[in-house]
Amino acid sequence: MNLIEPAQLPPSLIIVPILGALVCFILPGPWSGRVGLLTSALTVVAAGLSTWAVLAEGSQRHELGGWAAPLGINLYLDGLAAVFIAMVAIIGLLVGIYARSFYATESDQHGTNALYWPLWLTLWAGMNGLFLSADLFNLYVVIEVVGLSAVALAILSGKPPALLAGLRYLLAAIVGSMAYLMGVALIYAEVGALDLTVVAEALDGGLVPRVAFGLMLAGLMVKTALSPLHFWLPAAHSAAQPPVSALLSALVVKGTFYLILRLWVDVFEGSITYAMGQFLGALGAIAVLWGSYQAIRQSRLKLVVAHSTVGQIGFMFLLFPLITVAYEGWGYAPWLAAAWTGGIYQALAHGFAKAAMFLAVGVYVLAVGNDEKDSMVDLVARLPMTTFALALAGVSLIGLPPSGGFVAKWMLLKAAFSSGQWWWAPVIVLGSFLTAGYVFMILRQAFAPAREKLQLRPVPRAMEVTALLLGVGSILIGLRAEEVLLLLDVDAPFEEPVEPEEGGAP
Amino acid sequence: MDIEPYQIYAVTAGLLFSLALGGVFLCRHFFKKIIAAKILGAAVFLLLVSVARRDYEAFADPVPHAMVITGIVVAVSAAAFALALARRIWRDTGRSNFDGDL
Repeated sequence: MNLIEPAQLPPSLIIVPILGALVCFILPGPWSGRVGLLTSALTVVAAGLSTWAVLAEGSQRHELGGWAAPLGINLYLDGLAAVFIAMVAIIGLLVGIYARSFYATESDQHGTNALYWPLWLTLWAGMNGLFLSADLFNLYVVIEVVGLSAVALAILSGKPPALLAGLRYLLAAIVGSMAYLMGVALIYAEVGALDLTVVAEALDGGLVPRVAFGLMLAGLMVKTALSPLHFWLPAAHSAAQPPVSALLSALVVKGTFYLILRLWVDVFEGSITYAMGQFLGALGAIAVLWGSYQAIRQSRLKLVVAHSTVGQIGFMFLLFPLITVAYEGWGYAPWLAAAWTGGIYQALAHGFAKAAMFLAVGVYVLAVGNDEKDSMVDLVARLPMTTFALALAGVSLIGLPPSGGFVAKWMLLKAAFSSGQWWWAPVIVLGSFLTAGYVFMILRQAFAPAREKLQLRPVPRAMEVTALLLGVGSILIGLRAEEVLLLLDVDAPFEEPVEPEEGGAP
Repeated sequence: MDIEPYQIYAVTAGLLFSLALGGVFLCRHFFKKIIAAKILGAAVFLLLVSVARRDYEAFADPVPHAMVITGIVVAVSAAAFALALARRIWRDTGRSNFDGDL
């Protein structure tokens, strides 16, 4: 017996956080946090039910207001969407618990601390909307919701570096979404529809769809901070407060990555060429090498972690060349499922690991009082739990077994070799070495003995625990990969190969 | 080759888009950057409105109009946010451009 109709779940994933955001905005400071956490818990329940519904009954389609596809706006929940919604729910809840303790210790000069909740819940609603929308224009609206609330969160501290970085972020976000909307306008001019499925059926690979897709891709690449369009990211992510940095780095960039992926495999499959896949892969490779190299060179800890995001985003984009061969008349190739899972696993594993890392660094900075790399000595003895969280997250970022990052990089490597595109393999390996470089650089400092005993400020226990839970999560999704893969397989574009029947005629 | 009236607007939209894109990146002053971002939006809306009238005989297509209305609302909020942010930066630091950062 079902208490809730599964097709009613998708809208609840957007309505619950939006209502919570409005209530949090009205209520005075202390209540804001309580209602915020309660809303987070409710949204997590909705996300859990949705995941369960997808596993049990397959994809769900919801027609908003009862209007069907060509005219109305649809919400579509499949395995891919469910995986991302679940990731945002788990990380969002844990970061929220961390944020409550963090804002209790942080001085509240401008009275803006309580604004974390309405902004984050709006962002959450926007992210869920992004994963669920099956309509090109609705997607534009939700990426604007995500962009504006993300910038507002990034400048929450009100300090000049955050404000400057925030304005740059905002301008990049506006340019990105306008380029996307220009593409949507061209698509509408061509086919007169906005629903993803209808557009996909109507497109037949002419010049206009290619230009349109190029514009949309360029816009989304700015928002995903794929190099060389990552200019806004390191400053914005490192100047924000720790819980916000974690949300921006772990989740927000994944939203537009998801959208590129969705458009690539579900809408523009007929317009995509081998060269386009190689081009995105090349940008990804540059991001992997440049971002990771820059991370090693930074002297401030938060900048190390922010540049690391640039590098890890690059790994996600290595997925595109590997799945694109299919459209060159292959129909099916055995490595497609591996490449597909590898790229998405990279997004998941990076989500957990990067959230853990930013939260752990936030604990360090709170305890030590600044974020210079050189002051972070002897922390393994003083803050063992946080250092452990940082190390676990580092293991996943590097891609050591049995972490989630290992599954991702292993699958990508496997796909690179079996597709014959061996040139991505050295990028993955070199990128992992560079990642190991900055992870061990942070850990070496943490293990270094202090000349004199440091005066550390006390850190709330909840902050350390949530960072550790996220670090453990980044390892666990590697150990429990099967469950995630099962969910991801629901209506996946590339399924596991069907073994040929044995005993047939030779 | 006949040129339909809507095509003139569409081409203008394309030109405006390129100009505005250059403006966002090349202008130094915050205010000019924000204005350029606004023009970027205007170019997209012009294209949408011209697309709505591409079928000259029939009625104008209402869907692009609905998109423009929504787009204007979003663009106004984004511009207001950007202006408030620029003003706050100017008040706190006296800066009106990004020079010296990055």
